This record gives sequence, C-alpha cells and structure tokens, in this order.
Amino acid sequence: MASILTNLFDGVAYGMLLFVLACGLAVTLGLMNFVNLAHGAFAMAGGYICAVLVNQSGWPFFAALPLAFVGSAVIGIALERTLYRHLYSRSHLDQVLFSIGLVFMSVAAVDYIMGSSRVFIKLPAALEGQIDLFGVGIGRYRLMIVVICGLLTLALQLILAKTRFGSRLRAAVDDPRAAIGLGINVPQVFAFTFAFGCGLAGLGGALSAEILGLDPYFPLKFMIYFLIVVTVGGSSSITGPFLASLLLGIADVAGKYYVPKLGPFVIYTVMIVILLWRPNGLFGRTAAR
Amino acid sequence: MTALSDVSSHAMASARWRISEVAFWVLALACAFLFPSRYLIMTDIVRLGLFALSLDLILGYAGIVSLGHAAFFGVGAYSAGLLALHGIINEPVIALVAAGFVAAVLGFLTSFLVIRGVDLTRLMVTLGIALLLEALAERFSDITGGTDGLQGIEMQPILGLFTFDMFGKTGFFYSLIVLFILFLLARRVVHSPFGLSLRAIRNNPLRAAAIGVPVNRRLIAVYTLAAFYAGIAGALFTQTTALASLDVFSFERSADLMLVLVIGGTGYLYGGLIGAVVFKMLQELFQSITPQYWLFWIGLVLVVIVMVGRARIHRWVLFVPNLVIRQFAGRKAAVAVPEGDAS
Repeated sequence: MASILTNLFDGVAYGMLLFVLACGLAVTLGLMNFVNLAHGAFAMAGGYICAVLVNQSGWPFFAALPLAFVGSAVIGIALERTLYRHLYSRSHLDQVLFSIGLVFMSVAAVDYIMGSSRVFIKLPAALEGQIDLFGVGIGRYRLMIVVICGLLTLALQLILAKTRFGSRLRAAVDDPRAAIGLGINVPQVFAFTFAFGCGLAGLGGALSAEILGLDPYFPLKFMIYFLIVVTVGGSSSITGPFLASLLLGIADVAGKYYVPKLGPFVIYTVMIVILLWRPNGLFGRTAAR
Repeated sequence: MTALSDVSSHAMASARWRISEVAFWVLALACAFLFPSRYLIMTDIVRLGLFALSLDLILGYAGIVSLGHAAFFGVGAYSAGLLALHGIINEPVIALVAAGFVAAVLGFLTSFLVIRGVDLTRLMVTLGIALLLEALAERFSDITGGTDGLQGIEMQPILGLFTFDMFGKTGFFYSLIVLFILFLLARRVVHSPFGLSLRAIRNNPLRAAAIGVPVNRRLIAVYTLAAFYAGIAGALFTQTTALASLDVFSFERSADLMLVLVIGGTGYLYGGLIGAVVFKMLQELFQSITPQYWLFWIGLVLVVIVMVGRARIHRWVLFVPNLVIRQFAGRKAAVAVPEGDAS
C-alpha cells in the first residue's frame, strides 16, 4: 500500500515536472499553432546553465534556478526575434524541418562544449533523502518539485485568467487580426510568451537533471513526452496540459515499476488511442485549427 | 478544345519522358562504371533515394507530413532479415517483395490512424507508431536480437545466379535495378488520374472531396503504397548490408529522410533521388571535417534551407542547368521547379 502511494507521489512529481517543461510548448504549439520540436533544447540549456553555475562556480542550487530560467528565456527571445518569427505563417512542414535542425544543432553544440556524458547537479543536503509522512516515503527533492511546480501552475493560471497580459494573449491567439485592430501589439505578446515558455522549460530542465538525467540528447529523448503532453492535453487552457502531464507522469512511473518489460510501449499506445478517440486532445476545443 | 481534353492533354504532356530524365538515369548507370571502388556508398545512396521516393509519394503528392516513416523501413528491414535468417524465403527478390508486402500491410492498417486528424495529430501518430515499433523490437529481443540486432544473416544469390560480393558490386546493381523498376511504377502512378487526384487532395482536401474525389480512400491507398516502397528500401538495406539493428526505427532516420527530400524538393519524384546524392555527399564532407559533430552542420543546413525558403533555393540551383538545357534542347526541355509543397 505504502509503495503504491510512494509511486503515486513520484508519478505526480514527475508529471508536474513534465508540465513545467512542456507548458511553454503548450503555448507555442497549442495556442500559436507553431510546431516547435526544439522545445527540449531550451530545457537542456536551462539544465546546463544550472549545472555549470552549481558545479563549477559554486552557486547554491536555489540561486541557480532563477538563472536557469532567465538564461533560457534570453536564448528563447533571441531566437524568437531572429528566426522563429519569420516562420509563424509558414507551413507545418517548414516549422518541423526548422525545429529539427535546431535540435540537431543544439545536440551537437552541447556535446562539443560540455561533453557527451550525463551531467549531475550537486544538490544541497536538505534536498536529499526521504521524509516519512503517515508511513509513506516521500523523496525530499520530489516534494520540492511538487511544491515549486504547483505554485508555478497556480501563478500561470492566475496570470492567464486575471491579468491584462493574460487577456491580451488570449485575444491574440483567438484572432490575431482582430487583436491587432484593437491595438494589441501581437508580435510583442507572442515574443514575450515565447520567452516565458522557454524560461519555464529552462527551469524545468534544471529541476529535471536529477530525475530525467541531463545529457546532450535530452531534446531528442524527451521531445515525444512534451508533444504528448500538449497534443493529449489539448490547447484550450493550461488545465488540459496539466492534467495530461499528471496522467503521463503517473502512467510512466507506474508502467516502469509494475510492467518494466513493456517499457515505453504503454505510453505510446495510450497516446495513439487517445489521439484517435479525440484528435484535438482530451480537453481540446472541438474545432480543428 | 473542351476543358476536359485540355486537362488530359496537359496531364499527358507532363507524363512524357524528357531528355533530362533520360540523362539522369544514364548518368546513374554511368556512375556504376565510373566509380568502381565506391559501390558501398553508392548502394547507400540508391537505398536512401528509394526511401525518399517513398516519402515523396505521401508528402509531396498527398501532403501527409510524417515523422515516423522509418517504421516501414524498419519493418521491411527486419522482415527481410528474418526471412533470410530462418531460411523461409531464400531467394532475395521474392524475399524483397514479401518484406515490402509486410510493410504495406502495416501501412494499410496504420493509414486509418493517419488519415484522421490534422497535421499535428498526424505527426504525433506517425512518430508514435515508429517509437512503438522500436520499443516492440527491443522488447521481443528473442526474435529481433534486441540491441545487438539480427546477426549472422547470409544472403543467397539473386535469382540463384548473382552472389553478393564483398565489394558490393552485385548489391549496387541489384539496388539500382530495384530502384529503377519502382521508380517507373511510381512515375506511372503519379501521372495517372489517381496521382492527379492526390495532388488535388494535397492542394485542397475540401474542394477535392467536393468534386467527387474519395479523399480518405485515396490517402489510404497512397499511404499503403508508400509503406510498400519504404519496406522495400528497408529490405534492400538488410540484404545489401546483411544486418538489421534497432536503429532502423530511429527518429533520426525519419528526420534525415525529411532533410533528404527537402534538399531535393518534394512533388516531382526526382527530389528524393537528387536529395539522397546531395545528402550523402554533405554527410561525407561534414564527417571528414568534424567526425563527431556533423549533426550540427546537418542541422544548420536544415535551418538555412527553411529560412531562405525551399522554392527559392531550388530556383537558384536549377538556374544554370536550365540555361544550359535551353541552349541545347529549346525552351520546353527545361527542368521544372518542383511544384508547391505540402502545407
């Protein structure tokens, strides 16, 4: 019983991590309709920034996390302004090719600079080990992830639903032309959102180094997971991707624990079945975009 | 002249063999005699060309963006490997066709999943199927050899006459002949009314449906055909290299394939073949400059191609050859710029 709960908690932590990693993609892919397969590259960038700061410059882990966010966001906005924005109106094929190219470049570049072996980030002692909560073993690190990601999710939902920027973003996504007509600076909104999403991915990358493993092939290995979160979750709100990530996280952890032989088989099958049943995602809008 | 006869005469005219096409195949055959020490890499190019031709059928003609075309390549590769390993079908040509049919069956079954949904769903489903097969191949390692791959495949002579030699000469001519036959078939298919209806679907599925084209049935048919081609390409891979490993299903293979097709241009059949030649040469070049990091340069090529614009690059590349051809054979013989792309 306790092991089930521990697994469930691990699954939730994993799912929340996936959500932070993928929610930027939910905006670019789901809302802006841009197929960005290179999203994992930003996560990897954040992870490596954090690793370098902590391991080589001796920064405390919690101080390096915001830097991972900022660093990825800066890289994100630089690429958005120079490359991505030219491709918003292009065909999906072009977007796929472009982002695959970016992934390849990032993989080789990181391999060149940082080496191809897996990188570990030194964690503060407070985050190691487990605590015992009503007989259920809970990893401290995972608990921290749940707390951070939970707060982030709440904040995102509030920003999107309550702030002026949130309503601008929703307007820009629903109908860019009308939004421009109302005086909303749509390219700016998109650029800012893109950078924010990249920053979140970077933060997720830094947090995930301990759980998912950080090496130059990170963007390729986890691309499918990010895409699953967004396509299965749908794009109408951030609740969809959030629930999808939780589902995916729990299913993946449980699958690996209880039926290790089947490997990733379960997840891919579930994804294909869900996409056949609801092509726009579990919580998507009905209209094809 | 009525509209109908105009359309058919236009279609007939575009189906006629051009001088440049004949020249292309003569050149391909000439390569076999010009570079007798390079059979292995040329076989690689031919195989990749066939694989890209298969993707061109669905991407260039039907507008289906697939990220998991390696699934069919892999199924063909493993089928051919298993057939040869267990001595079920010893004759390579029959085994080749059989492997193609196995892939075609898979293509037919999965086509129902692919025709549903929009571009994004298709990307995910095709990618998912390839990953699924890779996971399956890894799981059933007692059949597939797992991460070690199929080992100890021994190929029998083709038609009982031509043995595979270690320089790859037989393998090269075998692959080239297979490619040529399948190319002829593909050429016939895309210039048939069936092929024209595919283009109508690519350009506007709704309108195609409105003028009475059974969109889904056509897409299923072409997807199955493309799977057959990819299966044959995979089987050729196993037969000429005598190995099949898990990486036949890998995402990189599907992604590279897209690059091949994009370099060559979609929607005119030769794109895949030309792209295969250029891609392999680029790969050789990059690997000789930076053996470990050639992936970076491949990525850069992709980004540059997309940023500059595919149509524009093809116009630049074709400018000089067209100038030459026009001088010799008049205006009409010029190589056409590839038609529009999948949206």
